[in-house]
Amino acid sequence: MSTSVESPYAAADTAQAETKRSDVTGASATVNAREANRVMRSATILRSRADLYAFWHDFEQLPQFMEHLVSVTRTSNTTSRWAARAPGGGTVEWDAELVNDVPDEIIAWKSVGKTDVPNAGSVTFTDAPGNRGTIVRVTIDYEPPAGAVGNFVASLLGENPDRQVREDLRKFKQLMETGEITTSARRIEDDATRTFAQASSGDLTS
Amino acid sequence: MRAVTWQGTRSMSVETVPDPEIVKQQDVIVKVSATAICGSDLHLYDHYITTMQRGDILGHEFMGEVVETGRNVRKLKVGDRVVVPFPIACGRCFNCVQGVFSACDNSNPNGEIAEALYGSTAGAGIFGYSHMYGGYSGGQAEYVRVPYGDVGPMKIPDGVQDEQVLFLSDILPTGWQAALRGQIEPGDTVAVWGGGPVGYFAMQSAWLQGAARVICIEREPERIGLARDICKAEIVNFEDTDDLVELLKQMTGGRGPDVCIDAVGMEAHGHGFMAAADRVKQALRIEMDRATVVRQTIQAAAKGGRVSIIGVYGGVIDKFPLGAFFAKGLRMGAGQCDVHRFLPELLTRVLNGEFDTTSLISHRLTLEEAPGAYEMFAQKTHGCTKVVMRP
Ligand SMILES: NC(=O)c1ccc[n+]([C@@H]2O[C@H](COP(=O)([O-])OP(=O)(O)OC[C@H]3O[C@@H](n4cnc5c(N)ncnc54)[C@H](O)[C@@H]3O)[C@@H](O)[C@H]2O)c1
Ligand SMILES: [Zn+2]
Ligand SMILES: [Zn+2]
Repeated sequence: MSTSVESPYAAADTAQAETKRSDVTGASATVNAREANRVMRSATILRSRADLYAFWHDFEQLPQFMEHLVSVTRTSNTTSRWAARAPGGGTVEWDAELVNDVPDEIIAWKSVGKTDVPNAGSVTFTDAPGNRGTIVRVTIDYEPPAGAVGNFVASLLGENPDRQVREDLRKFKQLMETGEITTSARRIEDDATRTFAQASSGDLTS
Repeated sequence: MRAVTWQGTRSMSVETVPDPEIVKQQDVIVKVSATAICGSDLHLYDHYITTMQRGDILGHEFMGEVVETGRNVRKLKVGDRVVVPFPIACGRCFNCVQGVFSACDNSNPNGEIAEALYGSTAGAGIFGYSHMYGGYSGGQAEYVRVPYGDVGPMKIPDGVQDEQVLFLSDILPTGWQAALRGQIEPGDTVAVWGGGPVGYFAMQSAWLQGAARVICIEREPERIGLARDICKAEIVNFEDTDDLVELLKQMTGGRGPDVCIDAVGMEAHGHGFMAAADRVKQALRIEMDRATVVRQTIQAAAKGGRVSIIGVYGGVIDKFPLGAFFAKGLRMGAGQCDVHRFLPELLTRVLNGEFDTTSLISHRLTLEEAPGAYEMFAQKTHGCTKVVMRP
């Protein structure tokens, strides 16, 4: 089964990933394809597709390596509630729905309902050539904010969305390969990564 | 604890700072028994490697005793005596698994700085070596936090003196790798620019790897002495010639050295127009590196020869002799040393007495004497060839 790299998920009203599980259907897109900004980043991680998929699929674990997220809570088999740090304190929250889910290959989600930050994301897992692990590709689409809403986008993806996705992916790789998120801090109080849950207690499974 | 800190260009001080802690559960804390100043530290001291912050603790050549271990450390225990490789490596990414520990994907938390400068993700984090290289506190201190305790530190057998093995942390494997990158063939003539600590071990390694002749290019009398007497090299004082390339050609029957090793790096001394231009550009921070030696190695190398760059560079250079490099079909290698990869073999060789690991040490000092030691090592005064300090 092959997964297209160009349009890996149902982010926009036109794009639909061609591999789609039958029990994940019906979500209407919230991101307007003509308006949306896209951030796309990839990393090669020396773990199996199955391991990486399994970790990511448990959305509640995402805040372990996504700096701006406070929590993700499962609300049903296919929906979750996301909370992100808002600039100047507090949190912004929205609901997201799973729109595509193929084990060991792709996970795609998008915001649903009324939100100031319409967004959609996907992650694909493909074998790197020559047994060099798995290529993990993250794509995030978000509608550019107007006015005050700009703050909310900052909380979704940080000041610089491209950089944020790159950093998140770097931390995901660190966590998956080494079992910890890297820090050069000499003391616990200086460790900027300690807010990531479990980041220093994870036992290696590899 | 007491620690050697960077306070600005050519300004070091010994300060009392909070002790390190186990921050991640694969960490160990090492109580330092011996630590050294490296030629690489001089690039920080002179501030040619940037992204330094006031108060940063320097030092990447150190050894000592494990005094604390994180929950997930399996191989080391409290009381073990260890030498610690200067690059920090996770041991599990593709590069580490391939043995290219200096290119570890995961150990440098400030990857984006290098990504912007060098077009790829950063190399490994390095102890006490600027924020671009991770921002880790270094080993010129009483205690050090060492991440990935099971991957880096190597246990030292009882009864071995610190000074026999301290340099396994950096300059000995670095010299070894410099020679390996030269892909020495039996019968080859190997020329080593720089008779500093790295050159010292590169020359000894060149013999062990089959060189038929070793030539050292230097100007400092004490270093020339070590190169001649300990490393059994023929000496060229580069101050005595206006045409080093021609001189080397004459010494090698018109061919040039088969292997040229740059053990000098970005702060090379030179004369002539190109060196002067480099000096001005470096002073103005237009060019980060003075590339005199790089150009000379390429000009001097024999056809089909190899150029091994182990001296550190940070930026972009002018006037790279690409034509000569191409026309002679040279091969070139560079990089930080993959210390971890060579440790077991090199420990055996040291214990077999194949290296002289102590003759280069000119000064045995305390940590408190570090500021003066930096100045002396940088200026090459007082016959300073290598400083070892004890906290
Ligand atoms: N790649 C690595 O992993 C690695 C590891 C350690 C050190 N290094 C680098 O290796 C280099 C040497 O380190 P070191 O500790 O021996 O430093 P050092 O400063 O003590 O020695 C450098 C020597 O080069 C000589 N020199 C200067 N200009 C010269 C020229 N034009 N021609 C010939 N010789 C010249 C100096 O007189 C000095 O003796 C530094 O750049 C250092 O950063 C690299
Ligand atoms: Zn060094
Ligand atoms: Zn690694």
